[in-house]
Formats: sequence, structure tokens, C-alpha cells
Amino acid sequence: MNKLTVALLATTLAAAAPVMAGPVEDTLVLNEDITLVTRTAAPEHISDVLDEVISGWHFRGTETRAMQADDFDNPGMIFVEQAEEVWNTADGSEGKSCASCHGEAEDMAGVRPVYPKYNEAAGEVRTLEMQINDCRENRMGAEKWKYTGGDMVNMTALLASVSRGLPVNVAIDGPAQSTWEAGKELYYTRTGQLEMACASCHEDNYGNMIRADHLSQGQINGFPTYRLKNTKLNAVHARFKGCVRDTRAETFKPGSPEFVALELYVASRGNGLHVEGPSVRN
Amino acid sequence: MERTFLATLALTLSTLGLSAGEIAPTAVTFVDGSVEASLTGVAGDPTRGREIVGNKSMGNCVACHEVSDLSDVPFHGEIGPMLDGAGERWSEAELRGIVANAKMMFEDSLMPSFYKTEGFIRPGKAYTGEAADDTFGPLLTAQQIEDVVAYLSTLKE
Repeated sequence: MNKLTVALLATTLAAAAPVMAGPVEDTLVLNEDITLVTRTAAPEHISDVLDEVISGWHFRGTETRAMQADDFDNPGMIFVEQAEEVWNTADGSEGKSCASCHGEAEDMAGVRPVYPKYNEAAGEVRTLEMQINDCRENRMGAEKWKYTGGDMVNMTALLASVSRGLPVNVAIDGPAQSTWEAGKELYYTRTGQLEMACASCHEDNYGNMIRADHLSQGQINGFPTYRLKNTKLNAVHARFKGCVRDTRAETFKPGSPEFVALELYVASRGNGLHVEGPSVRN
Repeated sequence: MERTFLATLALTLSTLGLSAGEIAPTAVTFVDGSVEASLTGVAGDPTRGREIVGNKSMGNCVACHEVSDLSDVPFHGEIGPMLDGAGERWSEAELRGIVANAKMMFEDSLMPSFYKTEGFIRPGKAYTGEAADDTFGPLLTAQQIEDVVAYLSTLKE
């Protein structure tokens, strides 16, 4: 077949398909350089419910997928650049920047994939946001950032960006286990007047359309996410809040113990997928 | 009846958002998931029912169900079964039961219960994310349920 025939055939097939069924077959190659793992065998702890874990990237349209594949086209990278500047700027009473202790932002590769993570000294599971604020308050003598505010989400985008191409690998056993169990409980609880759990859409119905939305597995390896819908970076707890709100429920607050637990659990469902943040989604 | 009693009754009913003769969400009798009696005693209007099924801010049934008769409404979901022929597959009483509270017939159904006001976990105030307050009511009114049932009964293949 020549190229034109293939193109025509592809167009005909696309036109004939009334709805998108299941994830799109495609490969995410970042900046024509790194091939990211966007689908892989489900980690053992969820292998009873899923065979394969699939990044939300596969559930989005052609243009959206392409936008994420090139840093010059990815609007989320503008915020990464902003955070890079903040990374190198001293703030607070101690006159320190992030770089004073941590060096280059690139040196933080490998941090994002293991968060949320149990913090021995604090005796709790902490998200990256909690750890950033701990640094700001106790190392820099600076003001805490709002949990899902612009400064915070930009910084998490920077930290995610330098870990792109590394697999999510949160620990769920040992001291993190009880938090993980709490998150799992929440994942399967049908909340709100619509009585929907995370699992209702993202485990039982991924690949299906709900009105105009193509349901994904709700993986969070791509957070923070630049959403075309609101043209900004979205923190994972802000997304959780939006989802729970849409079940006509009273939501939990970003940064709450419930959402920290849920983040650990949902992150663990994506163990093995590569970090993609900042990703691009609808 | 005394006038004050009638006034009190009327006030109570209006507080509950009920008209005289309506069956309250907490008083609906299900038999094997079906509801035999009309919730209002007023015949449902299939035209209004059609509007409720397709309208995003009303029933929004097409969010999950495909309905060929509503092809003028864009984006039908594929979560629940197609509704074409629903009026043949189900009796009016079965349809009323399913629309009012599908979980009475199908225990694990994902379908929201449209005429139920109790037994929720963390119920909210509509889509605000805030806790439910005294404005909390069923997703559809008794007459809207009847209208939807009347419309679904017209869907024959």
C-alpha cells in the first residue's frame, strides 16, 4: 500500500468508528529521545482486578497526545521553567534556596517516583507537597505554600519532569501499609448522592464513554497535569476533589489525611508506569 | 378538619417538597425491585420525560445510556445498557422501580438512585463539594420520575 492509501484507509476507519473503545495503541516517545512506559503488567497487589495498567495518555486524542510528547509543545513545561527559577532563588530567614541543599533540580531524579513515602522522623506518610513545605518551614525559614497553589504545583511539576522515564515505585508495606489500606478503603467506597467510588469509573468502566468523556484508569503518574479544560497545571488532590465533588459528595480537603492515603493507594496502582508529569490531558 | 391542621399539613408537605398525594422517597414500596403505584397519581408526560432523559442538568440519563430516539442530543455514554426497546423489556412498574432506585433490583448497579434521600455516605450539596444541608432532596421529583417512566415506556424496537 502506498502512503496515500494508508492515510485514506485510516481516515475511513476513524470516521466509521462511532465511539472510542478502549485505550489507543500508541507509543509515547518524549522529545524523540526517551520512550516512556505507558502500559505495563499490573503490579501484584492489584493483579486480582487488573491485568494491565495504562496511562491516561492512551485515553486522550491524537493532538493531546502529541502535545505531551514534545517539551516545546507541552504548556506544562512553561511552569516547570518558572519553578526552576524558584528552585535557584533564596527565600526565608535562612537565606537558602532549594538548590543550596539539593543542587541542580536534575539531581532530584528518582524522588517523585517513590512519593507518597513514609517519613520515619515524622511517623507519617508524606506527599511530595508535604515534604516541600517541611523544607520551606524548617530548613529555609520560609512561608508554607498553599497545598494546591501555583507555587506548589509548579514545584511538583519540576520535580516530576526530572523523573520522567523512571517507573513509579511507591512502597505499600511496612509502616506505609495502614495508610495504604485506608486509601484502598476510600477507593472502593461509593460516596455522595450518586453513590460512586473511584473504582466505579476507573476500574469497572475504563475505556467506556461517560457522556463526552473517555474514562481512563485514573492513573496519577502524569501529575501534575496540564488540562486543556482549565489551561493550568492541576495538582492530584485538586483532581481528587473534583472527582469526589462530581459524585455529589462532601469532598475531603487537599492535603487531608484521607487524600494523602488515597494518593498513596492510587499511585501504587500505577507502580511500573513511568512518571510523565507534567502531562497534558483534556 | 380544622383550618390550622390543614395549614400545618400544607406547610409540612411543602417543606418536604411534596404535593398532596405524592409518595415520599422514604415511603416507596418496592416489590422485587418494582414499584406498582404511581408516585403522584398524575399520569407521566412522555414529552417532558424525553427532555429529562437527555438534559444534562436534569436526569442526564444519556451520560451513561445510549438512546437512538435522542440522537439530536450529542454524546451518549456506554456505561449502562442501551435504552432502545426499554418499553418492551420492562413493565411500567419495573421501569418505575429501576428509575426510582435501581439497586433494589440490581444490587451492585452503578446507576444513581433518582428517588432516594437516605443512606448516603458523605452526601453533598449538589455539585458544590460542600456537605448536604436542609435543601437536600431526591435527584428527580416524583412527577419527573413518572415523566421519565412514561417516556421509557414509549421506547419500543
